[in-house]
Amino acid sequence: MSNFSRRFKSLFLSELRTGLGVTLRHFFKRKVTQRYPEEKTPLSPRFRGLHALRRYPNGEERCIACKLCEVVCPALAITIESEQRADGSRRTTRYDIDLTKCIFCGYCEESCPVDSIVETHIFEYHGEQRGDLLMTKEKLLAIGDKYEAEIALARQEDANYR
Amino acid sequence: MSDTINIEINGIPVEVRTGAMVIEAADEAGITIPRFCYHKKLSVAANCRMCLIEVEKAPKPVPACATPVTDGMKVFTKSPLALDAQQSVMEFLLINHPLDCPICDQGGECDLQDIAIGFGKDASRYNESKRVVRNKNLGSLISTDMTRCIHCTRCVRFGQEVAGIMELGAPGRGEFTEIGTYMERAVSSELSGNVIDLCPVGALTSKPYRYTGRPWENESHAHVSPHDCLGSNLQIETRRHQVMRVLPRENEAINEMWLSDRDRFSYTALQHEERLQQPLIKQGSEWRQVDWETALAYAIDGLQRVRKVDGAEKLAALISPSSTIEEMYLLQKLMRGVGSANIDHRLRQSDFSDDDGQPLFPALGCSVAELEDRDAVLLIGSNIRKDQPIAGHRLRKASRRGAHIMCVNPVDYAFNFPVDENIVVHPELMARELASIAKALLTLTANAAPAGLNVLLENVESGDAHLTIARHLQTASNASVLIGTQAMSHPQLSTLRALALAISELAGASLGYLTEGANAAGAWIAGAVPHRRHAGEHSPLTGLHTREMLNTGMSAYLLLNVEPEQDCANPAAAVRAVHEADFVVSLTPYITDDMRAYADVLLPVATFAETSGTYVNAEGKWQSFAASASTADDIKPAWKVLRVMGNLLDVGGFDYLTSEDVRDELKGQFETLTPTLKYQWQCPAVMPTKVSKDLTRIGHLGMYSIDMVVRRSAPLQATADAQIETAIVHSVTAKQQGLVAGDTVRVSQGGESVTISIAVADAVPENCVFLPMGVGGAVLGDAYGSIELAKV
Repeated sequence: MSNFSRRFKSLFLSELRTGLGVTLRHFFKRKVTQRYPEEKTPLSPRFRGLHALRRYPNGEERCIACKLCEVVCPALAITIESEQRADGSRRTTRYDIDLTKCIFCGYCEESCPVDSIVETHIFEYHGEQRGDLLMTKEKLLAIGDKYEAEIALARQEDANYR
Repeated sequence: MSDTINIEINGIPVEVRTGAMVIEAADEAGITIPRFCYHKKLSVAANCRMCLIEVEKAPKPVPACATPVTDGMKVFTKSPLALDAQQSVMEFLLINHPLDCPICDQGGECDLQDIAIGFGKDASRYNESKRVVRNKNLGSLISTDMTRCIHCTRCVRFGQEVAGIMELGAPGRGEFTEIGTYMERAVSSELSGNVIDLCPVGALTSKPYRYTGRPWENESHAHVSPHDCLGSNLQIETRRHQVMRVLPRENEAINEMWLSDRDRFSYTALQHEERLQQPLIKQGSEWRQVDWETALAYAIDGLQRVRKVDGAEKLAALISPSSTIEEMYLLQKLMRGVGSANIDHRLRQSDFSDDDGQPLFPALGCSVAELEDRDAVLLIGSNIRKDQPIAGHRLRKASRRGAHIMCVNPVDYAFNFPVDENIVVHPELMARELASIAKALLTLTANAAPAGLNVLLENVESGDAHLTIARHLQTASNASVLIGTQAMSHPQLSTLRALALAISELAGASLGYLTEGANAAGAWIAGAVPHRRHAGEHSPLTGLHTREMLNTGMSAYLLLNVEPEQDCANPAAAVRAVHEADFVVSLTPYITDDMRAYADVLLPVATFAETSGTYVNAEGKWQSFAASASTADDIKPAWKVLRVMGNLLDVGGFDYLTSEDVRDELKGQFETLTPTLKYQWQCPAVMPTKVSKDLTRIGHLGMYSIDMVVRRSAPLQATADAQIETAIVHSVTAKQQGLVAGDTVRVSQGGESVTISIAVADAVPENCVFLPMGVGGAVLGDAYGSIELAKV
């Protein structure tokens, strides 16, 4: 029986037909392929991309130099130096993230008591020199300023689950 | 009643001292009981209630810190009753504690955080408003956030029991309790920094360290105090090789768990803008930045030239008494190797006439811990509270135990312990007062007087005060006579020392020195004195001491950590001498305009935190330490610079690899020679009894002007102790001179003068002008010399 059936299948190319049948079915199915970069996949509000430092609506930077992100960072990518600012508040004088070290685990965001350091949905960035991926406080604040609306929206969407 | 009894904690049998509290028993057995107000060095207050525990047959939980152990007691620290009590107390404490841990400097080393995690409830039920307390101004060292205070009163008890200041208190009751100063003013204690360590929360934190770091990112290095002769143990905390702060390291034999403000905050000078970063040489009148090779070649060339032209005996070396023993040993080896014994560390000393009779090193006469067991102490020319705060604390403990503390001082210093007999006299009469005490002792004791003393004391009278002092010293089972730092610049130091020796021998007391600098003992052992080589060996080549060097004028000076205009007994003469010299090489961590004017080569060297080395404290204890912080590339440890200079000058035996090699070589020789030099009695030739008609200066040495580092520490210089801006005279003297407080006068001494305002206080004897060294930028003459005042 098995011998006969094998010969039959090979003579009438039945497996090839089955395979071509699958191909034919997919001709009429809905397409799921995204045409990146023209098209983009939707991102979760929890997506962990490029970092940003946020400000309060009055323009005051949120970061209070508690250094929790620095100590929680498993890749030791964050370097902070702080001092007492002239108005008596605790502020950073230096806030560096070395993106060549960063593993985008999101612990920094998780540990921040004031929602200052966040990971945005930006994943398309590059550096042409090694130093370009060394984010400084100014660069991080600039990213935060530029994308504040989206960052705030993502926090709001996720707020119910925190 | 036996000494120990047996109790049971959590089912574990524990043997404890009778009269101990349960918390002490638990600590000894390694069982943790949470606490805030209890501290082993302070009295029991039992006001935080965190240490509530269950005791069998007790109707309700009891505080472990205030419950004495009884035989057969059964204690439960983890029972449901105890845990519930602890959780409830924690909840109460957190009611008014702000949730600002992220910006609190105590975060990460906070007792409240730790205990809340370990013994608190996991959720808060409190929704009402919290109280807010205004911050207090406690000066330039301590920063306050009084809303965080949990009223443990550790700081108040520390002030009253340890530091001897009554300034901190807890006025108000209940919700209205606030810790603060009774009067709105800064806390002026030389030990005030310790409240930062004591505070279990972030209410009292360090002002210089404020908001700059976190405990978990600091690396800790064991170190030794670089500013006083006790060698307090400390812990230097660094981050990325930079000193962040200094903390005490517990050592019961020396500093217990305290640290003086000077040791704690002097690190703030390490990043001072005057820090010298690169070797400099002067060519013509131009300063040029060069590399080390060029600078050293230039320095060696200059020294060799002087040696060839004027002879080696025209080379001189001055070294700070706070240098490490390695630096001192190498410098004296270098100097003696090139044929000159002109080396000295006693920059502030004026009288050197009893050099040959000196002991191996100026010792304390007892251990630091034994100071608190003294029954009677006679202080001679010492402001021990400010000069050596940790020793002052030990004396305060002795005094609280009932010891008699007496002094013969040129100024009525404000001590934090009661002084039984306080003799304040014109500096020139101090010797006469000591003679009177010796005379009083002669009438009390059968001990034989040292040779010649009877003749010397023929015309000396003794009064009631002297008799009282003599009686206290003689009846005490262990008494000490201590010659203090302020006496070191005294022009009759040898007479004072001889009489102090006579008094100590007659009374059966020990004689001790409280020397200036961290390593005066080490300097004597290393041979940084002109008449002796290392380990007390007789030097075949005898050199000149500081005063002779500066007065006769040498052709070349090698300075190590020395600012002649600030560090010498006679700054005017010192400045003149270095200006007139042909060649001056200064190994210094800092650069000043004065240095630019007199020096020819400036070599940047490391400060205490950046070099490895050894200090020998006043009890003769050798304490080595490694470098804690690193410096800019061109700043080198001084011992390495001296090693290279030794090799460049072709002096043999300078092939050391580490500072330990240097120390071991010296220590080896010290141990094989086992020197036994004792203080030898030299009878003073004459008994000074007259006071000169001129005004005499009292050139007090301020606690915050003792060395280059301390002088540059901004927070210390902002304290009340450093803010002396006036010259002080007695009211009678002021009247004679026609002066009133606030007048501006021109003070002239040693060919120099300075304009300063006058204050009037009777703490200064008549006919004297209290004018500390270096006040108002003063570069004047002798610390205790005649001085002229002219009203401007």
